Amino acid sequence: MLDTIQDLGRQGYQQVGINPTGAMDQYAAAIANILIGNHPNEPVIEMHFPAATILFEHPAMISLSGADFNVSINENPVPINHPVLVNKNTTLQFHSPKNKSRCYLAIKGGMKLPKWLNSYSTNLKAEAGGFSGRRLLKDDVIELNELTYSIQPDENDFKILPWKANEDFGIEYPGQLMVLPGAEWEWLDASSQEKFLKNPFFISHNSDRMGYHLASEPLHSTTKSELVSSAVSFGSIQLLPDGQLIILMADHQTTGGYPRLGNIISVHLPMLAQMKAGDKIRFNFTDHQAAESLLLKQQQHLLQLEIACKLRLENYIHEMSHD
Amino acid sequence: MPAFTLPLYNLMPEKTLYKIFSLGDSGLTVDFGNIIDESLNKLVHTAFFQLQKDPIPGMIEALPAYSSLTVYYDTFFIRKISGQKTAFEWMSEKIKEYLSKEKNENENSGSLIRIPVCYEKEYGIDLEWIASQNNIPVEEIIDLHKSATYRVYMLGFLPGFAYMGMVNEKIASPRKQQPLPVEAGSVGIAGKQTGIYPLRSPGGWQIIGRTPLKLFDKEKKNPTLFRSGDSVQFYSITKDEFENIKSRNA
Repeated sequence: MLDTIQDLGRQGYQQVGINPTGAMDQYAAAIANILIGNHPNEPVIEMHFPAATILFEHPAMISLSGADFNVSINENPVPINHPVLVNKNTTLQFHSPKNKSRCYLAIKGGMKLPKWLNSYSTNLKAEAGGFSGRRLLKDDVIELNELTYSIQPDENDFKILPWKANEDFGIEYPGQLMVLPGAEWEWLDASSQEKFLKNPFFISHNSDRMGYHLASEPLHSTTKSELVSSAVSFGSIQLLPDGQLIILMADHQTTGGYPRLGNIISVHLPMLAQMKAGDKIRFNFTDHQAAESLLLKQQQHLLQLEIACKLRLENYIHEMSHD
Repeated sequence: MPAFTLPLYNLMPEKTLYKIFSLGDSGLTVDFGNIIDESLNKLVHTAFFQLQKDPIPGMIEALPAYSSLTVYYDTFFIRKISGQKTAFEWMSEKIKEYLSKEKNENENSGSLIRIPVCYEKEYGIDLEWIASQNNIPVEEIIDLHKSATYRVYMLGFLPGFAYMGMVNEKIASPRKQQPLPVEAGSVGIAGKQTGIYPLRSPGGWQIIGRTPLKLFDKEKKNPTLFRSGDSVQFYSITKDEFENIKSRNA
């Protein structure tokens, strides 16, 4: 079980070696929050399958986004990408992974946790942030912030509220991960450059929140020069000494010394974050104009959804209080 | 990739060439050359400290390394003010303007930090290996290591891990073939670099001793002992002193 508290990452401390961490699929984490009127950067619980069984001791408004782990509340199925009111003494369970890898649970009003260096994200290596700096364990209790209005779903165990987010990523996915060429792209020999753009790459089993190791025909560098350590980023594709590639993910180191062949564009990181060991990926190049346009489109989509959800929520609370 | 001339900081006697590389759609790296060089590293830090004091709009954070400075930026924000330009073009131009301005201030002169190290073989597990590889007595390795003042060129890899240099050629050592578990506080050598592991971690540096000091303390407002630009000296302590300091800091 690897359930951790994450937000959209810790900024400003890479200069002292503290990496941003944060949700692997930041889009899904934001959607889960937005659905229930939270700020997109509120802490969420990032879950991998098998995930924790969660008992709610108090009523809460929640939403789930990202992977659908066939969720139930007191044994009744509930959909993801919907706000849900849960009653006290109800149990949220995750039964089997349907499609993606990581599911995000957001709670209206957020969780009562201390921030570390301005963020709720768990830094597992530094044993800091999130819930006591570690993954969640059996019998952990997370206190929720109290709300100023009642969200009791009457006598029912739960109630699904009538608005939702779409399953997609706010943009169309072309079936390839789009890449901006990196500082050491030219280090690859011509045939390796061709292979990078043509060959399939498979996500290896030793892939985790730090990075995805890829398996493929090895690529070769034309230079024997060593690289002095320099910044690397979430989405950086590095060439390892054995000719294989690694894509750095949310828990990546701040700096590294392997050649940086390219960087996956921001809007494709959520899709990559939802892939599993054995999945096949292909790369293609793009340019800044295209990458930034997609990023703006995705951000606009989130902003619109945020406005719409806040309005639906306000109306809902207003109606409830007039019953 | 285009190269630009940099006319220049007072501390740089000649024009310095640099290149700007994309680090994805939300970051760029100003690369002053793939070398470990004190004056280049000072240039990186002058620019870094200036950026801290006077940030470019849309900048999220900056990360100085040996010979490069990386700027992470908010693409969504910059596109609101960049007109027809991409955020990358806009930020690249701002950086070029920034680097072309005359700057009178040098980098913040860092602190001098003295680090106690126990070089007993129990902690300096690779001392014998370096001694045989480099054909030098263990005592001389220790003497050479603690007789120099080192510059913290950058922090990276782990929270608070300082890349320091340069060690005397006679004790320079290659990394291990395979990373092995390393205890927190372990002092190591890789090439002509020296550094200390702030946390228990897999590591490939040759380990020559251990410090009882906490290099990373998550409870502190500034959780790392070192900042880049600091100067560092090592001094030798016995095992008893090591245990004393350690228990005081616990």
